Amino acid sequence: MTEALVQVRDLRKWFPVKQGFLAALTGEERQYVRAVDGVSFDIRKGEVFGLAGESGSGKSTVGRLVLRLLEPTDGSVVFDGVDLAGLSAEEMRKLRHRMQVVFQDPLASLNPRMTIGEAIEHPARIHMPQLSPEERRALVLRMLEQVGMVPPEFFYSKYPHQISGGQRQRIVFARGMITAPDLIVADEPIAMADVSVRALLLDLMMQLKDEFDLTYLFITHDLATAKYVCDRIAVMYLGKIVEVGPLEDVYTNPQHPYTRALLDAVPVPDPLHRRTEPLPAGEIPNPINPPSGCRFHPRCPIAQEGICDGEIPPLLPVAGNPEHRAACFLRTGEYQHLDPLR
Amino acid sequence: MMDDILYSTRDLTVDYATRSGDVHAVDQVSLDIRRGEILGLVGESGCGKSTLGKALMRMIRPPGRISGGELWFDGRNLMTLSEKEMQHVRGGEIGMVFQDPMTSLNPVQRVIDHLTETIRTHEPKVSDAAARARAEELVEKLGIRRERLDDYPHQLSGGMRQRVMISLALALRAKLVIADEPTTSLDVIVEAKFLDLLRELRDEFDLTILMITHNIGVVAEVADRVAVMYAGKMAEVGDVYGVFRDPKHPYTQGLLQSVPNIDLDEHELYKMEGSPPNLLNPPSGCPFHPRCPQAMDVCAVEVPVFHEVVPGQSTACWLYELEATRD
Repeated sequence: MTEALVQVRDLRKWFPVKQGFLAALTGEERQYVRAVDGVSFDIRKGEVFGLAGESGSGKSTVGRLVLRLLEPTDGSVVFDGVDLAGLSAEEMRKLRHRMQVVFQDPLASLNPRMTIGEAIEHPARIHMPQLSPEERRALVLRMLEQVGMVPPEFFYSKYPHQISGGQRQRIVFARGMITAPDLIVADEPIAMADVSVRALLLDLMMQLKDEFDLTYLFITHDLATAKYVCDRIAVMYLGKIVEVGPLEDVYTNPQHPYTRALLDAVPVPDPLHRRTEPLPAGEIPNPINPPSGCRFHPRCPIAQEGICDGEIPPLLPVAGNPEHRAACFLRTGEYQHLDPLR
Repeated sequence: MMDDILYSTRDLTVDYATRSGDVHAVDQVSLDIRRGEILGLVGESGCGKSTLGKALMRMIRPPGRISGGELWFDGRNLMTLSEKEMQHVRGGEIGMVFQDPMTSLNPVQRVIDHLTETIRTHEPKVSDAAARARAEELVEKLGIRRERLDDYPHQLSGGMRQRVMISLALALRAKLVIADEPTTSLDVIVEAKFLDLLRELRDEFDLTILMITHNIGVVAEVADRVAVMYAGKMAEVGDVYGVFRDPKHPYTQGLLQSVPNIDLDEHELYKMEGSPPNLLNPPSGCPFHPRCPQAMDVCAVEVPVFHEVVPGQSTACWLYELEATRD
């Protein structure tokens, strides 16, 4: 098995809910939004690991925890053998150039008063002080070329508002690449782009991956797009991973009823394949007081009373395959004989 | 005018005045919306699809203006109506649902007040109690419990807010609902439910729906016909099965091939070259010709005429003009 670049273990992030003065005075118990609530996974060197889920599933929070842009409430993130929790701010800064992030909105990620060249050069100034200004400029021009912004000299002195949205996202990638990182956390990197631009950006991501030996954590709500880039994928629901495995296994043989529902709901661009499967009842519950047991049980078509609402189901192998795991008592757990669809 | 057509635009042009001159955001578009259909209007950012949707309600604000064409809605040319008459058409006969329901709903007004106010503005004779009863019946049909009517918009989920928006259109028994990216801010499962709801409403209320979206999958899922816009012009219009099976315009062909599809075994997406043109300085001839893999000499010189090339499918492309003249 390939080595893990990132190991995430029992990661938790609880955000305290703002409490009123009176509630604090009367000693009312503080409430928390359990954005991430016990998540474990590995990101292997050289792979694209997808993290999928709906709004509020906690996928973006996991991304920020992996980069230590947020401090976890509990649990650990180990990056290339180093436990990030034990690092001082200075040590963390030294590690930063090995991990970069690309967000959804490139316009919000770029300083409108910095030229594109300056923006890409910025991380190099911080992390590569050994380079002379000439060397840095040469590096920036090479990066521009690398992300398809040619001629690079032409784009170097442009401002973000002077180029298109797709080009801006290319610049954000170039800025991320300049410190030669090992890991890129891409949080919905193409969600804002138009259809024809999306294909080009996905292509760029894969090209950069090959050329720079990158590893990606690809965070998305769009399972159709994930199909084109991810090697493995984890599906999150209300702060927990419900299913994880090689993309093909998860897509062709989804075990958790939530994974199945999510895959069924994706609109297919073919009117001959309109969805006929029923959708899960209700909406995502409040993460402040999530349902007991399996968090999906109130909406689950196969949930069994007394089982699914009790303990929290663990992630267990699907049909003995340790690579593909799902957290469902009726599918991978000890109550498989009670699965009504079996 | 044919009776099965509810709305028909003829050579509709919408201009925006800019410092560098007029931009044709919508350029001589002739489009028919049939009674009882769900028509999907697709295109990429800046193609003019939202502007077209607003123009149908005469909601273009300066520096934009409708600079030409006719808007025939249910037998009347809306261009000839006074602003006061238009106000009755808007909301009363044509409802609108936008992408972000939070900005369309008043945050300090309860949901019920939105509904009763809408009903009583357009039908002043209806009593408050009667309006409330009508609102309750309506929202329950849309899957919202009547107790939730006393909530404020922020207390509802995104999917519920979108259903409230639809209920506002239905409260006055609108004939046409223009939905501009109604599912874009929704999660997939909520989106799928909303699409189911739209279909049900169409059947139950005999509604006609114009669904403006960039999401090709959504169109394939609910639309009866699809209209594809590019650079302010109509590139192709046709039956959804026909267009998806055999798209005529090279832009439609490229667009459909570049949509991620979860079902197929393809592992690569088609990559369309170039990007949409700057409308301040649009290309000569067919606006798609600089990116078109099948462009010919004529494409750069003359604008192709939009016409029916196979039954139920129309396009503006020289490939088919030549075929026609050769026959």
